Amino acid sequence: MKKFGIAALAGVAVLAAFSTDDSQFTQPLSKDQQILHALNRLTFGPRPGDVEAVQKMGLKKWIDQQLHPERIAESSEVAERLRPLDSLQMSPAEIATNYPPPVVVQAMTRGLLPMPKDAEARQRVQLQAERFRAKQDAKADLQAKQGKGDPLQQAMRQQVLATTDPIERRKLVADRMPQQVLPYDLNEAKLYRAIYSNRQLEEQMADFWFNHFNVYMDKGADRILTSSYERDAIRPHVFGKFRDLLEATAQSPAMLFYLDNWQNVSPDRTQQRPFAKQKAKQARGLNENYARELMELHTLGVDGGYTQKDIVEVARCFTGWTITQPNRGGEFIYNDRVHDKGEKTVLGVTIPAGGGKEDAEKVLDILARHPSTARFISTKLAQKFVADDPPPALIERMAKTFRDSDGDIRAVMAALLESKEFFSEGAYRAKVKTPLELIVSAVRATDAQVNFAIPLATQIAQLGQPLYRKIEPTGYSSANAEWVNSAALLARMNFALALADNRVPGSKVDSSRFDENIAAVARQVLFHEPAKQTLDSIEKALAQREPTPALIAGLVLGSPDFQRR
Amino acid sequence: MTTRRLFLKSSALGMFGVGTAPAWLSRTLYAADAPSPRKKILVAIFQRGAVDGLNMVVPFGEKRYYELRPNLAIPKPDHTDNAAIDLDGFFGLHPALAPLKPIYDAGHMAIVHAVGSPDPTRSHFDAQDYMESGTPGRKATADGWLNRALAPQTIASPVRAVSLGTVLPRAMRGQNEAVAIANLKDFQIRDTRGAGTFESMYENTLDQVLNGAGRETFEAVKLMQSIQKQPYVPAADVQYPNSALGQSLMQIARLIKSNVGLEVAFAEMGGWDTHFNEVGARPAAGQLANLLGQFGTALAAFYQDLGDKMADVSVVTMSEFGRTARENGSRGTDHGHANVMFAFGGGIRGGKVHGEWPGLEQEQLYEQRDLQVTTDFRDVLGELVVRHLGNSRVASVFPGYERPKFRGIVAG
Repeated sequence: MKKFGIAALAGVAVLAAFSTDDSQFTQPLSKDQQILHALNRLTFGPRPGDVEAVQKMGLKKWIDQQLHPERIAESSEVAERLRPLDSLQMSPAEIATNYPPPVVVQAMTRGLLPMPKDAEARQRVQLQAERFRAKQDAKADLQAKQGKGDPLQQAMRQQVLATTDPIERRKLVADRMPQQVLPYDLNEAKLYRAIYSNRQLEEQMADFWFNHFNVYMDKGADRILTSSYERDAIRPHVFGKFRDLLEATAQSPAMLFYLDNWQNVSPDRTQQRPFAKQKAKQARGLNENYARELMELHTLGVDGGYTQKDIVEVARCFTGWTITQPNRGGEFIYNDRVHDKGEKTVLGVTIPAGGGKEDAEKVLDILARHPSTARFISTKLAQKFVADDPPPALIERMAKTFRDSDGDIRAVMAALLESKEFFSEGAYRAKVKTPLELIVSAVRATDAQVNFAIPLATQIAQLGQPLYRKIEPTGYSSANAEWVNSAALLARMNFALALADNRVPGSKVDSSRFDENIAAVARQVLFHEPAKQTLDSIEKALAQREPTPALIAGLVLGSPDFQRR
Repeated sequence: MTTRRLFLKSSALGMFGVGTAPAWLSRTLYAADAPSPRKKILVAIFQRGAVDGLNMVVPFGEKRYYELRPNLAIPKPDHTDNAAIDLDGFFGLHPALAPLKPIYDAGHMAIVHAVGSPDPTRSHFDAQDYMESGTPGRKATADGWLNRALAPQTIASPVRAVSLGTVLPRAMRGQNEAVAIANLKDFQIRDTRGAGTFESMYENTLDQVLNGAGRETFEAVKLMQSIQKQPYVPAADVQYPNSALGQSLMQIARLIKSNVGLEVAFAEMGGWDTHFNEVGARPAAGQLANLLGQFGTALAAFYQDLGDKMADVSVVTMSEFGRTARENGSRGTDHGHANVMFAFGGGIRGGKVHGEWPGLEQEQLYEQRDLQVTTDFRDVLGELVVRHLGNSRVASVFPGYERPKFRGIVAG
């Protein structure tokens, strides 16, 4: 309740007019509106030429293609930009060796762990160890003086990196700031795909499911585990069966570490430690964190009909689902020695005594097929793709599809996209863009060429949505009220002017493609007519001056019109 | 009264012109101007990384302290800057915290020892998360205690809750308007060609959500600009250290003195995770001493700068957990359990170390290694919320913790 309650409370007076009136969801859109609406929702924002392309292909066929990304040829722009980001292809163990976290670097220099075989990687480790020693002495001084992430220094660094050739840049980052390699690779990859991929709905879905099954990359070992999490647990299942996706996340080291299940052991069996080296401070007994979030956030929803007793029982079923040495990129294992062997009852279903790994598999079966899960997942999808307060009839139709198809995500999305509610006045421009959507849509609308995406990621963080760094397991809210506060709005307007004026390092807008006329530039960026108030404000402000197309475009990108999708 | 009114008018109301001031501002000013109750302000400071509370406030009266820490223990008070500064014959301040001693002596600074979270985690991530959400053991809490501590208001200052930094901390997130400001001077449309145009667009848009938020934004921008017409001059003889925390506190002081409706503020300082070389050549020097020096001078500057204004301000410091009672093999300490908190301000019952001391004998230690928690951190924060901020709905600020045990740190 709490998560969605915030939006409802904060905007109660204003939202009421838009959202509780379900008749809005029966008023159809014009053909042109339908195309723009589909582009705004299924992609990260239309690019020049997209509207015409969909018109030519036919909207129905285009949507069907987006639902089957494997039928769409991928843009070479993506592959080209991802190529230097080698950590994206590595297993967690390879990452731990090639881009080790500081604890591992220290262990390597003390001879407790083997040095990387690759000569370049070894050199990096040695360099890092030296720096670490030097830094240790100056640590207090340094931190007190600079604080965390001095913004000026950061800006200069980004400026330099943006003007360096991608291959050289990669070496520079790996040598000079090795701890940034993994977050850079993840952030860059996400943005290049969002900006350039032809499989836009797949990218939206990957974003949705990662956020639904959120992990926080700065929690200890999650730094080296998050790449594999997105690649191996999330992406293969974004249009698949929910049950498979659920199991992939349940067994992923990233999730096991993030929600502490790797330390979840039967209290009766704590004498038998999972590993000799993990002493009393690790194995303390039952850890309910994962069990609770599994039901509250991943499946049933907070009002889904479970009790505290169910949480304990589910936690007991998951005892022994753990990881080998997380900091070295360990893998999922089931450890029977710490598993609770007693009988459990989960949501009224008895799981007999004497079971093993399959106890938790049964829990996943129960949860994936529970009607509350069908409803909760359908609601969340509708909130992201339709409106903050989607009509109950639509949710019921989606939930029925979910149940009838055994949780087939593609079928549920098809039900949403075929609905009259999706193509209705109630949904049209009803969502405020999240920071990620705003920034990527601005880049796409202006056809900016991005050769280094980290400055964009920094902007997204400043707008309040640091990628891969949502601490709470709730993930980010897609509700409008979440994203409209003073500091964030100001940051949106500042970004808009900076992007159009080519002051965002690594992104280049060719303003010669803009018209001279204010209304025409607005249409080029918005793909629809600007609001009269927006146009009047710009015309009045620029009446005395010789307006440059870049300034006009910046003002339109920062306008209320562009904040909606 | 006359001078006060004059000051308010010139500092904040003046810029809007008579009769055009936004509703929240006049309300704020009247509230600040009313004889009672006055607007109270709470400033929370987070020491990220888990400071070593046993060396911050030293139990020099405990023999066992010196046995556990042969290389790290701060010597008993001997009136040199090599030794603890005696507080009450049993506890002493780390010598680097000397700037805080006068505040303690004035009765304005309270110390709570052996305070912490009931949750056993020794993960920085989890423990900070719990301390900021105010719900130990519960991860899905969507908002933070400092945001929930604000009373719901239909008309509120856009800068009632301000965090100094680029990202809004967990403690301040929630349904009440709260802003993260890295630097007051950056809170504006940087490209002057855009400022007026954007204001007009958002002022006139029919989009109700963006219209409301846009108006608030530009009110806040004007407010920040008006405050900064002149360079900030702290009170006579006060010099803020050039550290991140020092600069953060200076900006908070500036907001407080400008009467713009600030109610809660948040600042932080990192670097406390002293596993290696916590001390230098002698225990009272080195890494921790440097950090505490920065910390103490920043807090003391803030206190002096605000002067009489401290009557309405309370500052509270916290850190996610304490460190091992015993020193480790690399002249440092590892992740522990209970820690120490400071609270200072005009309304604080200070000059005292509050809380029950659990002792450092083996059997007295938590899991035989760490200082026991005898005061829940929510007892301290809860008392400040209720008795200082005057928000009696403590059950909604700390859900699941309906009856905090107040320690009497707020005079009342």
